[in-house]
Amino acid sequence: MATNKTHIYEPLFHVVKRDTIPLYKSMLIRVIAVAAGLLLCSLLSLILINANPVEFIETLMDASFGSERRMWKFAKDSAVLLCIALAITPAFRMKFWNIGAEGQVLIGALAAVAVAFYMGNSVPNWALLVIMFFAAIIVGAIWGGIPAIFKAKWGTNETLFTLMMNYAASGIVAYFLVEWTPSGSSVLGELKVGHLPQVVHPYFIIILSVLVLTVLVSIYLNSTKQGYEISVVGESENTARYIGINVKKVIIRTMLVSGAVCGIAGFLIVAGLDHSISETTVGGSGFTAIMVSWLAKFNPIVMILTAAFVTFLDQGASQMSTYFNIDSSFPDMVVGIVLFFIIGCEFFINYKLKFRSFRKKEVQ
Amino acid sequence: MEKTIALEMKNISKYFGSLAANKNVDLTVYRGEILSILGENGCGKTTLMNMIAGIYFPDEGEIFVDGEEVIIRSPKDAFEKGIGMVHQHFKLVDLFTAAENVILGTKDEKRYNIKEANKKVQELADKYGFIIDPAKKIHEMSVSEKQTVEILKVLYRGADILILDEPSAVLTPQETEKLFAVIRRMRDHGKSILIITHKLHEVMAISDRVAVLRKGEHVATVETANTTPEELTEMMVGKKVELNIFRPEPKNPTDRLEVKNLSLTDSEGIKVLEDISFTVRSGEILGIAGIAGSGQRELLESIAGLCHATTGEILYNNPKTGITENLRDKDPIQIRELGVRLSFVPEDRLGMGLVGNMDIVDNMMLRSYNKGHSIFVDRKKPKDLAEKIIKELEVATPGTHAIVRRLSGGNVQKVLVGREIAASPTVLMAAYPVRGLDINSSYTIYNLLTKQKEEGVAVVFVGEDLDVLVELCDRIMVVCGGRVTGIVDGRNTTKEEIGLLMTKSESYTLENNEEGGISSGNK
Repeated sequence: MATNKTHIYEPLFHVVKRDTIPLYKSMLIRVIAVAAGLLLCSLLSLILINANPVEFIETLMDASFGSERRMWKFAKDSAVLLCIALAITPAFRMKFWNIGAEGQVLIGALAAVAVAFYMGNSVPNWALLVIMFFAAIIVGAIWGGIPAIFKAKWGTNETLFTLMMNYAASGIVAYFLVEWTPSGSSVLGELKVGHLPQVVHPYFIIILSVLVLTVLVSIYLNSTKQGYEISVVGESENTARYIGINVKKVIIRTMLVSGAVCGIAGFLIVAGLDHSISETTVGGSGFTAIMVSWLAKFNPIVMILTAAFVTFLDQGASQMSTYFNIDSSFPDMVVGIVLFFIIGCEFFINYKLKFRSFRKKEVQ
Repeated sequence: MEKTIALEMKNISKYFGSLAANKNVDLTVYRGEILSILGENGCGKTTLMNMIAGIYFPDEGEIFVDGEEVIIRSPKDAFEKGIGMVHQHFKLVDLFTAAENVILGTKDEKRYNIKEANKKVQELADKYGFIIDPAKKIHEMSVSEKQTVEILKVLYRGADILILDEPSAVLTPQETEKLFAVIRRMRDHGKSILIITHKLHEVMAISDRVAVLRKGEHVATVETANTTPEELTEMMVGKKVELNIFRPEPKNPTDRLEVKNLSLTDSEGIKVLEDISFTVRSGEILGIAGIAGSGQRELLESIAGLCHATTGEILYNNPKTGITENLRDKDPIQIRELGVRLSFVPEDRLGMGLVGNMDIVDNMMLRSYNKGHSIFVDRKKPKDLAEKIIKELEVATPGTHAIVRRLSGGNVQKVLVGREIAASPTVLMAAYPVRGLDINSSYTIYNLLTKQKEEGVAVVFVGEDLDVLVELCDRIMVVCGGRVTGIVDGRNTTKEEIGLLMTKSESYTLENNEEGGISSGNK
């Protein structure tokens, strides 16, 4: 049984699980990951579009912080994204993979527009806003509740179901656009009524309301009985059963909440920003929000940071395509690369590599 | 017999994070011996063996096979060196036959021929006295047959050094005896057999030498003939441990819970409980013995209201009001609202009794969070309770906000049992409460149960270690295939009697095995 020893080496490295890691160290790893991602992007831009790395970073920063106007826009976009991320978080904490925020926001927005469209001239503006608000919440909740009822009663797959509901929502919006535009253009002009009041800055109310909402969602999840039930159901349905939680009820209730907050996002978009609606009003934020929520590990307060970061990348990248006059797929690539690094670095937070030790073998 | 060294480990260390699973372990295995690797749960027995079997790679140290240094990077490397491991959880393809599973993954020059394979497997089995039908499918097999296939798989690959991880954990006493006979025969054929175990009486019964591990370190290797269980325990635990369980006589027992003709058919139409009747009395411990999966879990869950029996009655005599309630169709909340103080320590601690990813405080309020009308949860009382339990049960934890999953098995169980006892129950049901616990924690749990019994609680204890059942319980109910096969007096019974009851309705396999045993003995 002589083995040919010279051909078997110790592996170059093996993976070792870390038990705990101090916070500063995990943050350091994340910072390094972002830096490495940006470095790779700037190298790529050097090769592909011949932009020097300093210019690259400058453009990126400039997009969000270059002027007061850009900073407001950055804050507003972060707020909208944050709002949708807050909406899906209760569902995600319950491990109910609601990827239908896009549709839930859109349908909420549609409800708000419909109220303004039909009742705009018959009630005072403040009353109209209140009705728009509640209409958006109720319709959003219904849109979120439907897949939850199916899941609770018949065990349907929520991921597929919520995804399909997005298409249904955009179909309904398309229908109403045709209804509402006699010219046949399907482009709804700006509504003259149902605008949120402007204080300090046009975006101020939106940003403020989302921050308040962040605190509320955080309290709901961490300090209320319902929030506690959500965590128990999400962690272990068996435990929920064991202590007598009605799992079906919790699933439906949580999705009603999730859909309702999506409705709020839809209302804010309509009453505070667009004053109109189209099929692309939400523009993919319903999906981006999933990432925002995940990156923050479903912690609403941390989501302020992750929403801002994702918005920063997004805006920086699109600024770049204007500045360097290149195709818009380049910014997509930049965002993708950086996110890949961030998500990938979680591996190094949970594990470390142990390299082959180059000890001298005394047997020889 | 002259002793030649088969395998040697020198200075082996393995770390998981900052935790040293093994530290500077030296171990020598001779040809033709049975070596027990003894130690408490979590002392690094399995980790150490996994490094020989190529599952883990040691962080430090060297391994020698036949005096030559080897590097084992994968189970394949291990097989090339003649090392094979039978894991605690079987790794078999259910739809394949025994022979197909055995030859799976081996390289053969010739074309695949199932008849040939059957013949080879049969020859191998006959050589060592295994009783097996090579053409039988795995899913039709009993646990002990599956284990046989696993061992054959390793032998077929030419292993001279066999590692068996807790081989008797899933077997009845009778099956264990048969396994031991086969192991002795393998030793007589010159194989080295390493048995990972924490059961002392097995160590004494089977092994030639014992290597004792404690907290990842090798304490000593001793000849079995020159040691005693007491000495081994002391080495394992690091201090003297009293191995007796205190069993006071029940004080004026009254019928607390009467189960009558309970039957349960699951969603696939299989009868998991059939016509079960028994009584649980206050002030006594009723043990439930049986092979795992004989309906113990379903029985306790039916009583606790987690699933609903199809027919029969579960009658609870409330000692305060004197009213008798039928709990059969009630859910856990309804049961609590009736004033029934029923505590339940389920088998799956982190997946049912507790939420692994929550801290101790949040786990304390699982049962009580819904009290009161406020929409907010009150974390003050659970925190006090957590502090009380940590202090009284000596839970080793960094604090009340430690994540439960990160605690060791014994401490997890203390948190769970502590919470269930804190509800001052009148009926306390515990399913496998000491599974995976070290000796000290196990005795802490036994004492807690006995204390509850002395306070007049009706205790139901589902156990797997028959030695403990016989020492701890006042009465023992034996279940097999969802039926009660006997209720015996804990003070006048033996393990063997219980062992026979455990396989009563499956008596045909027992007879088959015995016949086979005789025929192979005639050869």
